[in-house]
Amino acid sequence: MSPAAPRLDLDKAIGDPNTRIVVCCGSGGVGKTTTAAALAVRAAEAGRTVVVLTIDPARRLAQSMGLTALDNTPRVVTGIDTSAGGQLHAMMLDMKRTFDEVVLDHAAPGRAKAILENPFYQSLSSSFAGTQEYMAMEKLGQLRAQGTWDLIIVDTPPSRSALDFLDAPQRLGSFLDGRFIRILMGPARQGSRAYLKALGAGFGAFTGMLTKILGAQVLKDMQTFVAALDTMFGGFRERAETTYRLLQAPGTAFVVVAAPERDALREASYFVERLGEERMPLAGLVLNRVHTSAAPALSAERALVGAETLDESGEHTVAAGLLRLHADLMRLHTREQHLRGRFTAAHPKVPVVDVPAQPGDVHDLAGLRAIGAALAGQIQPSRPDKRKGPPARAG
Amino acid sequence: MASRESDWEGVRLHVVSGKGGTGKTTVAAALALALAGQGNRTLLVEVEARQGIAQLFDVPPLPYEERKVAVGPGGGDVFALAVDPEGALLEYLDMFYRLGRAGRGLRRLGAIDFATTIAPGMRDVLLTGKVYEAARRKKDGRPVYDAVVLDAPPTGRIARFLGVNAEVAGLAKVGPIRSQADSIMGLLSSPQTAVHLVTLLEEMPVQETCDAVEELTAAGLPVGGVIVNAVRAPLLKQADLTAAAKGKLDRDLVAAGLEAAGVAIRPGVVDALLAEGKDHAARVALEKSGRRTLKGLGLPTYELPLLAEGVDLGGLYALAEQLCRQGAA
Repeated sequence: MSPAAPRLDLDKAIGDPNTRIVVCCGSGGVGKTTTAAALAVRAAEAGRTVVVLTIDPARRLAQSMGLTALDNTPRVVTGIDTSAGGQLHAMMLDMKRTFDEVVLDHAAPGRAKAILENPFYQSLSSSFAGTQEYMAMEKLGQLRAQGTWDLIIVDTPPSRSALDFLDAPQRLGSFLDGRFIRILMGPARQGSRAYLKALGAGFGAFTGMLTKILGAQVLKDMQTFVAALDTMFGGFRERAETTYRLLQAPGTAFVVVAAPERDALREASYFVERLGEERMPLAGLVLNRVHTSAAPALSAERALVGAETLDESGEHTVAAGLLRLHADLMRLHTREQHLRGRFTAAHPKVPVVDVPAQPGDVHDLAGLRAIGAALAGQIQPSRPDKRKGPPARAG
Repeated sequence: MASRESDWEGVRLHVVSGKGGTGKTTVAAALALALAGQGNRTLLVEVEARQGIAQLFDVPPLPYEERKVAVGPGGGDVFALAVDPEGALLEYLDMFYRLGRAGRGLRRLGAIDFATTIAPGMRDVLLTGKVYEAARRKKDGRPVYDAVVLDAPPTGRIARFLGVNAEVAGLAKVGPIRSQADSIMGLLSSPQTAVHLVTLLEEMPVQETCDAVEELTAAGLPVGGVIVNAVRAPLLKQADLTAAAKGKLDRDLVAAGLEAAGVAIRPGVVDALLAEGKDHAARVALEKSGRRTLKGLGLPTYELPLLAEGVDLGGLYALAEQLCRQGAA
């Protein structure tokens, strides 16, 4: 059996008025967005004023909160029980719009136009991977600064991004201070010649090399882009650093989400360690889609022997089938418990809460409430449409 | 072990994507094994710095270097490579510009950091560029690898990842970067490439598979086959499944069956088993509707069984065998 890990009490985390930000992170396909949405519904119904920022929700999950358009603005979620005085807003991140708004807010009007029209900016803001992480951080900072909500719940982008999300502000900082940028800016910015001199290279030689690699036109567009962005760099970096510090502050709780599968738990371990290094406050691990049986005393081995006995007699095919099913379930259960045990052995102090495998996907608020209850460690989630949760996955 | 002709004759680059959690890395590895027929050489590439390949093949973490990790069931060699953007960039600079020393100078300037981590999109350019190089590499007039299998980013990002070079081509109208981007796009959108999608028979992965097919098609990228992973055979006959779904299995009969099976009937056991049967019936019904949806895509579809004990090396070979038998390799 797995060593006893402390149980994660999420009701305490979301109920504590000092908790202002909850970040849900983990690898793709583990139910991160659903977890964020379920926590948000539960917190709002417990009386908090909540906004949930989702990055790329599945269509039906978005619909369950009444989100139909990706319009980058928090919308009130109707159907929430507000009798405790709470409220829920939900939004989907539109990274291009968020980026445009940053430019418009922080660059002089003439500059803003030049930036928005630059081909580098256009592709950077709409289609390149990585921008999503920066913009999720930016949006989080904006929501916090707006002061409308006393709890912000954030989902993290679907790439390998748990880490990218954390790294975004620091990368931005190193980008802004980067010598490369200064040199790219050429004589326009102080110090670039001195750097090159120190390296024993002439400015002409350096740009010559860049031209050779990039082509003259790309270099020119890039320089124009950097020059135009230059005016708003300061504000951008300052906010990114503020957001990073906010994440380290006691009012933040990181919730690592995983499924009881090898890869997902390995990523979860990695993330737990990384949060520790960054001194980010970890609430604990949510383990989704855990399989259990109501007859745990009947082992897989005994069930299989029973099924074989029936096969020999050629009778009771239904009972034989049910025994095989039970054997499969118990084997899955054992494997999951083994993986869970490995995680808790490596991280004995990290609180864990198990969420039983759900009946199909979540389609409505009732489904989110059921998961919310399971997240809070209350009861088995109800099975409104009598569907079985997902089967185990390979690799 | 060629049981039948492969559905993908002429394809040299197999891109394997799928929703997170569907077993994309496992399937990519099994495909690389399956493609390693007699005298063949395949390369399995990962780009997300997860070291998933090393874990699967039970070897130490892969450096930025092609290493032999296994011998396919057909006798060919499987090599593996974990591409990282910085290594790819330095190699690229060295190969095309002989920037051995200057490349290091660029690193001191922070240009390497800039290109690989800060300039969004550059990562994907470098990663796809390395895959392109491996797929096109020749020695003595013959391709070094008969097939390259890419364990690609998940379906949510796949069109953007593969299409990044079209984006670059839009930025750089002329110059060496432009021609490199054009060559990569040329390969990725040619019949020599196939983008396979791994899914489970569950609502969300099936939906994402359909969405990805649409997106890839719109981006002019060649959609390959659908690989349904972790398939479980129904354990009850159809008539019993129907009864189980309605909660109408004969309780007394099941109890008698358990007794005949020599299973001690503790309180609750019969009801627990009946409930498990009901869940099973519901899942089989969901799987059926998922299969129907996938069939509507009109793509070659392959099914891989769930490995009850988890994926180990032996399991990988079993999956590879299945892929061969069904014509995926």
